[in-house]
Amino acid sequence: MGKAIRYLLVGLGAVVMLFPFAWAVITSITPSDAVLAVPPDFTPDDASLDAYGKLLDTLPFWRIVANSAWIGAASTTLQLVTSAMAAYAFARLPFPGRGALFSVYLATLMMPLPVLVVPLFIEMRTFNLVDTYFALLAPTIASAFGVFLLRQAINQVPREFDEAAVLDGAGHFRIFLYVVLPLIRPALATFAIFGFMASWNSYLWPLIIIKSPEFMTLPLGLATLHGQFTTEWDVVMAGSVISVVPILILYVFAQKHVIASVAQSGLK
Amino acid sequence: MTLTAVRPKAGGTRERRAPRRRWRYAGTVAVFLLPSLIPLTLYTLIPMVASFWTSLHEWDLITEMRWVGLGNYLELLGDAGTRAAFLHTLYFIAGYLPLVYLGGLGLALLLNRAMPGRGLLRGVYFLPVITSWVVVALMWKWLLNPASGVVNWALGLFGVSGPGWWTDPDWAMPSIIFASAWKDLGFVMIILLAGLQAIPKEFQEAAMVDGATAFRRFRHITLPLLSPSSFFVVVISLINGFQVFDQVKIMTGGGPGGATQVVVSQIYDLTFRYGRAGAASALSWLLFALVLLVTIVQIRGQKRWVTYG
Repeated sequence: MGKAIRYLLVGLGAVVMLFPFAWAVITSITPSDAVLAVPPDFTPDDASLDAYGKLLDTLPFWRIVANSAWIGAASTTLQLVTSAMAAYAFARLPFPGRGALFSVYLATLMMPLPVLVVPLFIEMRTFNLVDTYFALLAPTIASAFGVFLLRQAINQVPREFDEAAVLDGAGHFRIFLYVVLPLIRPALATFAIFGFMASWNSYLWPLIIIKSPEFMTLPLGLATLHGQFTTEWDVVMAGSVISVVPILILYVFAQKHVIASVAQSGLK
Repeated sequence: MTLTAVRPKAGGTRERRAPRRRWRYAGTVAVFLLPSLIPLTLYTLIPMVASFWTSLHEWDLITEMRWVGLGNYLELLGDAGTRAAFLHTLYFIAGYLPLVYLGGLGLALLLNRAMPGRGLLRGVYFLPVITSWVVVALMWKWLLNPASGVVNWALGLFGVSGPGWWTDPDWAMPSIIFASAWKDLGFVMIILLAGLQAIPKEFQEAAMVDGATAFRRFRHITLPLLSPSSFFVVVISLINGFQVFDQVKIMTGGGPGGATQVVVSQIYDLTFRYGRAGAASALSWLLFALVLLVTIVQIRGQKRWVTYG
């Protein structure tokens, strides 16, 4: 294939990928009365930030951004800790019934979220936990996927390292902390990225369990905004822009690692 | 003689010590395991069992549960709404999977050769993947706005009068398919690109020396050696495709006139709109059974087309 055609195709592809984002930014700064104009105005002369003001008047949007950020960080941290510990048990601590228990973990991995949401909702309602941070976080404390991924990684750590540490008088906790964890850092990073993205983007569970704006995360906040301002696209796009910016900043810094992690997941 | 005399003594201390050590070991296992086992039990295993139990009942979430046995399942299997939801989901997959796979493969092949700005381009294509579904659905709903959307305006420049997209029963599902393929293209591209780069260059070179055309090299070297990555993409896309919900909820809410009501939207509506938690649970198990079946069939069938180097 000619070089020129190749460049043309990838360039065209890049435009298709970027344009919706650019258009969201432009729409968000277009004055309300010009938003629905045809033909669309790609360079509005009288750009305004009114839509952002309206957005912040309607929903506690900064708090919603903060919710998404801390819930994402908390759920990622919890999953990392609980999964790494369980993975260590499954890889290094033989006990009766270990194989069977691991199969149970694998089985939950295949459970689609829709199977769980109805009883989970009822469970939360029974304990009066509907519309709380706890309910948002609870289903993400443990991750069977994380246990599976990290167990694979620990299995690849040569046992000689553990044995050397045992000779130095280390117990399982010291081996876990100072031998195994440092050696599986790439797998931990991969899992952290997946965990954070899953939490940041999660919509179905928050939609079911959260009612008050102050406990909302971004996807739910945006959907609520869309419900209220069905035709005011400048406000809806302002909300979209605000919710993309933090993850975009994170992505710019972690891009190489994010892409490498995803690429790796397909090679196994 | 002395040895035999000593033995019972030593055995005695060992017996006294061993249970203590065993308890300590059990404690260690528990400390490592329980932080994940307890939440997994509370928030996955118990709901799983509860979901199955609920599926055997008629329940509006408020009044007493009423046992109906397999009634919900039998009703769903003969129900037109369920059939439509499964058909719409299959329609989504039938449109989405080829689009996202061929598009991702095309991009991966284009980016497989070194070129300036390749890293940047990869980053750009991957951008929609990290964007949340709600944002993507909203952006596309706006782009595909029938009256003032950019897409219909652009089509108008070429003298084409664009359809009503998500407001038109015939075009609502294609709208969702386009938005979904756009979002996941980068994901598929990255997986396939990694697969392409794992193919040793010597194979291509040897074939070139033998005078194989570009098409034959692609057909007989690249595609077979890429098949493990393709397999991964297809399995993941199907599992996710069967559970499509976020984009549907935002873009059409299952409409217009139920034209895009997929299985998970049906589960959601059955529970929270029609107060039929039992039927919703039964439907979620039917969905699970289908996903499991499709995945098993794929794993069984992979021998036919997947080549592991």
